[in-house]
Amino acid sequence: MIGLTHFLTVAAMVFGIGLYGVLSKRTIVGILMSIELMLNAVNINLIAFSRFVTPEVLTGQIFAIFTITVAAAEVAVGMAMIFRVYYDRNTVHAARLDEMHW
Amino acid sequence: MSELAYSIAFYIFAAITVAAAFGVVTKSNLVHSALLMALCFIGVSGLYVLLQADFLAAVQILIYNGAIAIVFVLGTMLTRRSLRHGTNDTEANIPSKIVTLVSGLFVVVTLGVIATTTWHYSSKVIVEDTPSLLAQLILTDYMVVMEVGAVLLLAAMIGAIVLAKGVEE
Amino acid sequence: MGFIIVGFFLRRLPILAATVSVCMSVISFVLSLGVGYGVIVNHITVDNPLIQRVPWLSIAGLHVDMGVYIDPISAMMLVIVTLVALMVQIYSIGYMRGDAGFGRFFAYLSLFASAMLGLVIAVNFVQLFVFWELVGLCSYLLIGYYFHKISAREAAKKAFITTRIGDFGLLVGILFLQILFGTLDFAQIASNVPLYVAQHGTNLLTIVALLLFLGPVGKSGQFPLHVWLPDAMEGPTPVSALIHAATMVVAGVYLIARAFFLFSALPNAMEVIAWVGAFTAFFAASIAFTQRDIKRILAYSTVSQLGYMMLALGVGSVTASMFHLMTHAFFKALMFLAAGAVLHGLPDKNDIFEMGGLRHKMPVTFAAMTIGVLAISGIPPFAGFFSKDEILLVVSQVSMPLYTIAVVTSFMTAFYMARLLIVVFCGAEKPDNHPHEAPMSMRIPLVVLGTLAIIGGYIPYATHFGDWVRFGPVSHEGLNWSIAATSTVLSILAISLAWFIYGSGKVSSDKLSRRFSTVYKLSFHKYYIDEFYLWINHTFVDGLAKMLYWLELYFVEGAVNGIGGLPVQLGNLVRKAQTGKLQQYGLIMFGAILIVVVWLMLLSPLFKGVLSGGGY
Repeated sequence: MIGLTHFLTVAAMVFGIGLYGVLSKRTIVGILMSIELMLNAVNINLIAFSRFVTPEVLTGQIFAIFTITVAAAEVAVGMAMIFRVYYDRNTVHAARLDEMHW
Repeated sequence: MSELAYSIAFYIFAAITVAAAFGVVTKSNLVHSALLMALCFIGVSGLYVLLQADFLAAVQILIYNGAIAIVFVLGTMLTRRSLRHGTNDTEANIPSKIVTLVSGLFVVVTLGVIATTTWHYSSKVIVEDTPSLLAQLILTDYMVVMEVGAVLLLAAMIGAIVLAKGVEE
Repeated sequence: MGFIIVGFFLRRLPILAATVSVCMSVISFVLSLGVGYGVIVNHITVDNPLIQRVPWLSIAGLHVDMGVYIDPISAMMLVIVTLVALMVQIYSIGYMRGDAGFGRFFAYLSLFASAMLGLVIAVNFVQLFVFWELVGLCSYLLIGYYFHKISAREAAKKAFITTRIGDFGLLVGILFLQILFGTLDFAQIASNVPLYVAQHGTNLLTIVALLLFLGPVGKSGQFPLHVWLPDAMEGPTPVSALIHAATMVVAGVYLIARAFFLFSALPNAMEVIAWVGAFTAFFAASIAFTQRDIKRILAYSTVSQLGYMMLALGVGSVTASMFHLMTHAFFKALMFLAAGAVLHGLPDKNDIFEMGGLRHKMPVTFAAMTIGVLAISGIPPFAGFFSKDEILLVVSQVSMPLYTIAVVTSFMTAFYMARLLIVVFCGAEKPDNHPHEAPMSMRIPLVVLGTLAIIGGYIPYATHFGDWVRFGPVSHEGLNWSIAATSTVLSILAISLAWFIYGSGKVSSDKLSRRFSTVYKLSFHKYYIDEFYLWINHTFVDGLAKMLYWLELYFVEGAVNGIGGLPVQLGNLVRKAQTGKLQQYGLIMFGAILIVVVWLMLLSPLFKGVLSGGGY
C-alpha cells in the first residue's frame, strides 16, 4: 500500500543526493544541476502532501507550479551569469571564484 | 490489482528518479550529468502522474525537460575549455567525507521525522479535473502570486539578456 | 595680647635690605619679652595655659584649629628663639657682607624665624606638623645656600631626606592619635589620656608614642638619624648657629615636652627615649674626640647635648630638659658665632690643626669661645653648670646606669671642647695665617651671648625656674652637692688632660692615636655609619628598583602586549573561515542547520517516544 511516507522518502533521498552535489561539485554548472534536483524533490513533497492531506484543495500543486516557474527563471539568470564569468575569468570552477572574502 | 500496478509503477519511477539523481552527482562528465538530470526529471514526472497531478506532470516535462535541461546542456557545451576541464569531479578542497556525512545525516534525520510523525490522511476525494480547478485558483485566489510570477519571469529574461550581452565599457 | 602675638604669623620675606629683617626681629623679640612678662604677671602656668583658637579646617570627623598656645614653656621658647635669631641677624650683617645672595639669606632667615615661632605656639599636632615641615624646608634652603658647591647641595638633600624619614614616623603617629582620640588638640588630648590609659592600657599608645618620637629622632639628630647634622655645616656659620645649635634642632625636644602628657603616661616609651638620648650623647662625644673640622666638632657636640636633653625628658624632667635647652642655646650659638669669626678671619681653613695661637690677634673671639667652653663643660658659675647638673641630678634619681653614661659623656665633652679651644687659640701661631679680629657687627652678638652664657644659669636657678617650666606638681629641687662636685671635678680633670695632650705637649696626641688606632679610626670615620647607610641605599633601594623594572618589563608589558595581541590572533583564526568558497559556506550552513535539527529532535518528546519503542 503506497502511502504518503513512500513519496516523502523518495523526495528525501533525492534532496540528500542533491545536497551532496551542491556541496561537492567542482563546476558551477554541476552545482546548479544539483540545485535543480533539490527543487524537484521539494516539488514532489508538495504535491504528495497536497494529494494525501488536502485533496480537495490543490494548494500544493499551485505552489509546485510556482516553484517550477522560479526554478526556470533562476536557471536562465544563472546560466547568463556563468557565461559572463566564463567570459571574464575564463573559468567555471567554483573554487576559483573566491574573492568574496577577507 | 490496481494496487499492485500502482505499487510497481511507483517503485519503477522511484528507482529511475533516485538512480538518475545519483548519477548526476557522481558522474565526472558534465554532459552525462546533464542528460541524467533530464532522465531524473522524467522520473519525477511519472511520480506526479501517480499522485494524480496530471497537469503538473505535463508542465514538468515541458518546462524542466524542454527548457531547463536544454539550457544546461547548452551551458555545458558553451563553457568548455578543453576536454579535461569538462569534468565534473568533486572539488579537491572539499572534504568529501564531511559532506557525505552531513548530507547522509540529513537524509537520516528527515527519514526519522517522516517515520515518527503521525500523518493525518484526509478521506476526501481527489478532484478529477485538475487543470480547470488549477486555472480557477490561479485566477482568483492566487492572482497576486501569478502576477508576481509573471513579473519575475520578465525580470529574469531581461536580466539574462543583459548579463549575457555584457556591459559596454 | 593674642592679637599682637598673631602678628608673628606674618611671613617676613623682605626682598632687599637686611635692615628690614633685623628690625622685624627686634620687634618680635620685644614682643616675645612682652609675652614672657605677661605670662608671669597673669599667672599663666603650665596647668592653665592661655589658648586662643581660630577654626581652620572642619569636616566630618576632623576638626583642626590654628591658634596660639601660651604657657611658660612656649613663652620661654619664644624668648630664646627671637633672641638668638636677632643675634644671628646682627651677626650676619658682618659675616655675609659682600656675598651675592645677601638679601636671599635674610629672607630665608626671617622665614625660618617665623616658622619656628609658629611651631612653638602651636595649638595642636597639625599646626605643629605644618611648621615642623616648614622649618625643615628652611633648613634645606639654608644648608644649600651655597648652591654652587656640590657638597652643600648634597648636604641639604641629606638633611631633608633624613629628617623626612623621621617626619614620616611623626605623621603616622599623628594619624594614629587622630584615630584614637578623634582630636589633635593638645589640651583636649591631655585631658583624654588618663582615661584612655585606664581603659585600654598602654600598648598601642606606646607604639604611637614611639612613632611620634621618630620625628625628634630625625629633627633633633638622635641616633641613628643624626647623620645629617655634621654635614649641615656646609651652610654659612650664622645658619649653623641659629638653626643647628639653638632652635630647629630643639624642635624635637620641644615636641616631646609639649606632648609630655602623652609620653609621661607610657613608661616604656620613656625608657626608650632616655636610652636613645644617653646613647646619642655618648656616641656623638666619642666621634667629636677625633674630628678636625672646627664646625664639625661643634656639630657633634650639638648632637651630644641634644642627647642630654632627650635623656632628661626620658627620665621625666621637663624642667631639666628645658633649662638645658635654654643654656645650650646661649653657649652653643655663642661658640658657633665665635667659630664663624675665626673662619671669617682665616678664610678657607677649617682644620683646627692648621690654626693656632689666635688669642693674640682675636681677643674678643678668644674670650667668647672660652666662655662657651667653660659653660658646656659645666664649670660653675657658668650657665651650663646649673643646667647640666639639673639633668645629672634627675637622671641619678631614676637610673644609675644612665647616670654613669651621662657622667662619662660630660667628661668627654669637657675634653674635646678644651681640645678645640687649646688647639685653635693657644700655642704658637702658624706662620701662614693672617687673622683679623671680627668686625663690630659680629662682635656685639658675641658679647651679648657671652654674657648670657655666664649669667643664664644662675638666674633661673635663683628664681625658681622649676616653678614655671615643668610638668606635673611643683618640686623644689635644690642642688645636690655631691653630684655637682663630682661633675665639676671630672670636668676640670678633662680640661687638664686636654691641656697636657695638646697644650703643653707632655703627652703626644699622635702617639696616643697610634696606640688606640682602631678606636681612633672608628671615631674619626664616624663609625662608618654614612658608608653603611649608603650601602643600604644602594643595595635595597636600587635593588628594589631593578627588580620592579624587570617585573614591569616582563609581566606588565608582557600582559599588555599579550592582550593587545589577542585580538590579532583571534582575528587570524577567524579569518580562516572566510574563504570565499561558496561550497564551504554552504557546507557550514547546512551542517549548522543539521545540528540544530538534531538537537531539537533529541529534545522533543517524540524522540523519547521512539526510544521507548513507540511506533507511528
